[in-house]
Amino acid sequence: MRDAEFLIEAMAGQLRDLLTRRRIAEPALIGIHTGGVWVAERLHQRLGVTTPLGRLDISFYRDDFSRIGVNPQVRPSELPFDVDGRHLILIDDVLYTGRTVRAALNELFDYGRPASVLLAALVDRGGRELPIEAHVVGARLELPEGSHVQLTGPDPLQLLIQTAP
Amino acid sequence: MSATHFQLDAQGRLQHFLTIEGLTCRHLTEILDIAESLHGVAERRVKKLPTLHGKTVVNLFFEASTRTRTTFELAAKRLSADVLTLNIATSSAVKGESLLDTLRNIEAMQCDMFVVRHSQSGAAEFIARHVKPHIAVLNAGDGRHAHPTQAMLDVFTIRRHKPDFPSLRVAIVGDILHSRVARSLIHALSILGTGDIRVIAPRTLLPAQVENLGVRVFHHLPEGLRDVDVVVMLRLQRERMEGALLPSEQEFFQQYGLTEERLALAHPDAIVMHPGPINRGVEIDSRVADGPRSVILEQVTNGIAVRMAIMSITLGHHARPVGEEV
Amino acid sequence: MQIVIQGGRVIDPAHHIDTVADLFIADGKIAGLGQSPAGFIPEQVIDARHQVVCPGLIDLCARLREPGQEHKATIASETRAAAAGGITTLVCPPDTDPPIDEPSVIEWIRRRAKAAGQARVLTLGALTHRLRGERLAEMAALKEAGCVGVSDGGQPIGNSRVLRRALEYAATFDLTVFLTPLDPELSHGLAHEGQVATRMGLPGIPAAAETGRIARDLELVRDLGVRVHFGRLSSARSVELIIRARAEGLPVSADVAVHHLHLTEMDLVGFDSRCHVCPPLRSLRDKDALRAGLVSGAVSAICSDHQPHESDAKQAPFGDTEPGISGLDTLLGLSLRLTRDGVLPLTTVIERLTCGPARVLGLDRGHLGVGAMADVCVFDAEAEGLLESTMLRSRGQNSPFIGWALPGRVTQTLLEGRVVYAREG
Repeated sequence: MRDAEFLIEAMAGQLRDLLTRRRIAEPALIGIHTGGVWVAERLHQRLGVTTPLGRLDISFYRDDFSRIGVNPQVRPSELPFDVDGRHLILIDDVLYTGRTVRAALNELFDYGRPASVLLAALVDRGGRELPIEAHVVGARLELPEGSHVQLTGPDPLQLLIQTAP
Repeated sequence: MSATHFQLDAQGRLQHFLTIEGLTCRHLTEILDIAESLHGVAERRVKKLPTLHGKTVVNLFFEASTRTRTTFELAAKRLSADVLTLNIATSSAVKGESLLDTLRNIEAMQCDMFVVRHSQSGAAEFIARHVKPHIAVLNAGDGRHAHPTQAMLDVFTIRRHKPDFPSLRVAIVGDILHSRVARSLIHALSILGTGDIRVIAPRTLLPAQVENLGVRVFHHLPEGLRDVDVVVMLRLQRERMEGALLPSEQEFFQQYGLTEERLALAHPDAIVMHPGPINRGVEIDSRVADGPRSVILEQVTNGIAVRMAIMSITLGHHARPVGEEV
Repeated sequence: MQIVIQGGRVIDPAHHIDTVADLFIADGKIAGLGQSPAGFIPEQVIDARHQVVCPGLIDLCARLREPGQEHKATIASETRAAAAGGITTLVCPPDTDPPIDEPSVIEWIRRRAKAAGQARVLTLGALTHRLRGERLAEMAALKEAGCVGVSDGGQPIGNSRVLRRALEYAATFDLTVFLTPLDPELSHGLAHEGQVATRMGLPGIPAAAETGRIARDLELVRDLGVRVHFGRLSSARSVELIIRARAEGLPVSADVAVHHLHLTEMDLVGFDSRCHVCPPLRSLRDKDALRAGLVSGAVSAICSDHQPHESDAKQAPFGDTEPGISGLDTLLGLSLRLTRDGVLPLTTVIERLTCGPARVLGLDRGHLGVGAMADVCVFDAEAEGLLESTMLRSRGQNSPFIGWALPGRVTQTLLEGRVVYAREG
């Protein structure tokens, strides 16, 4: 089990640098339910962003509906700002196959046409199945297939890592 | 085998949506929660989700309807499904063809869901029992029996205004006898634990032993409306006048029509609902129907999200074997 | 032809006989019981040890669908099913197409039944022309042609004046009138008016649709002295009315369809169209009262109310299906179930299936007295098996009793001293 707060601190630093380099003054942060929202809430605070935080539930955009159906715990997506022309930072807890990010991007574009989208993930555990990479990563883990990484929260935020034997 | 269990799969999940009767609070709450997540889709630039992309939904309407058919169509389209609507009531092509023949023919077009409206009670269940197993069947109204999606959009609307069902007093007024809306709504309200469900009607418009459904029966409107939080007015079909059930529309309105004066007997925050289409001046006064307490148009809007939720839940439970991924 | 049925338990309720004995048959008639008549040389011996030997069953209401609905069944197909079910006499109501309102139809049915040779088919003539309830049928001519009574054919006469005159006219010719006690205006529904119909959203048929008619008809009987038989009682209060009328000495009788003794409104749950019947299946209390009426004798007969259908007729939403159960195959089994359930002793069950209905018809049938027509049913009362659809011999497969455990297995049926059914193996 690892404490996630110091990873988020590192992410905040990287994001600050990146935003400066790209001359993005007022980005909007969007967390992907559920873990991504917890991480996004902390980054939102640390970066002092004034635009209210967005929350995305990508359940209806998943590509495995035909196999597993609708997630009964789905929550409303809330983007309390206009997406058109805005610089967005999409935040998730664990970046793995890339399918969640693909679904999130699709959903975002149904709200409007952003100026840019940056991707930040607390953990990148490899195993990508789609051409998607994060701009900012809290930690990179090399894990054997069959391992599980899970963020528990919201307080404290802790990473549970179960390594396959 | 009862319809209650028939619409659930071995894991107790909805594979069809035929009736509210026999469902659990968990089933209903799941539908309401998912509908809540879908509610915002209408405000987005693209009012569409990819959830049912590649699925085909067929509306089988053996009975004329505009509103219900339209909202089902819109719900399916907002989930990216392909939609085909067949008005069999008016289609001369199928005259003389049995219902099963019609079904087989449409089934052969590779569809995934039937939305069925029929004038006979039990028709949706009959169809569900006879379709291929990968097809989900939604009941969009069968005879006097059930209109479960309407009941869900009604309780969805109620919950958005008054989320605490146990403390609620709900009155359903008018033609209970012929109303599938009333039957399904009574079941939904009681499953959600509604404290006080009342029906208000003359005896000619009440089915036998209606109190066994768990409602209190009132024949006097002012008495029944006292302190209620929700008033649901039912549509009075004009043809009922010919069946010697009522002497006249005027007398019905005088005795059971909802006016501002009568609404004043209800709780000050009471909301007024109606499944539509409204007969102004027959069951409801225009000033009430268009007034600040009316949530009738909200019901229509909510109907889309609720039907989207039910469509995605039932179709999601018709999961295909692994390896056939989209 | 001389036949002896050996070693069976002979139950002949008309003569209060219940004994193990040999039954002797000669020239189509009963020749003796117990002791061999003088000079009797059997050409055929039927071993009936451990079996019941009783009069052939008489079914007061069976629709054979011929003439007019041969796509559902025929006289040949249904009389074959009757023989296999131990039924030797069938009474056919007049709602055929054309209806039995002229002698030629009676003659036609008789010839068809004779050609089939499986069971005796008796006919009820129509009370009114075309069964329309407007003009009287030629009842005298129908009687001469051989009908055993006259009937509304399941289509109750709405006009009380026409009914009263029809009753009077029938009484003139000493005809028993078989009425369907159902108020046409109160019976537009699909199910018993009550809790189940309310939940299922099926239009209800109140019990008063039946009792109201019976009460009115009894007053007409009181006035006119005509013999009236009420077919297919379904409600408790109807039984009460019949009990009271019979106590007052009115010449009335009643029967009940065997499915009303076993099913209730609860069996409709799931919209099972096989349970769509008219009169509708009513409450548990009604079912119990019908059983009690059978015990007390207020109800004289159990009938099959046989209504065979093609499968399409039942393959539709409940309200779009045709009412009726295919009942010939299960009449005996379901009746014997009453004995198994401790409702009625075996002899009484047999009485209600043989001399009970014979008395309603005013016929010297349904018993095993010497000289009587040798209509005999031999069955194994101990055998019990699950009913499978493949076992139904009727063309109509519309039975809600598939899967039920039914006691009794018919092994031999004799019609006028001739074996019309013999179980193989």
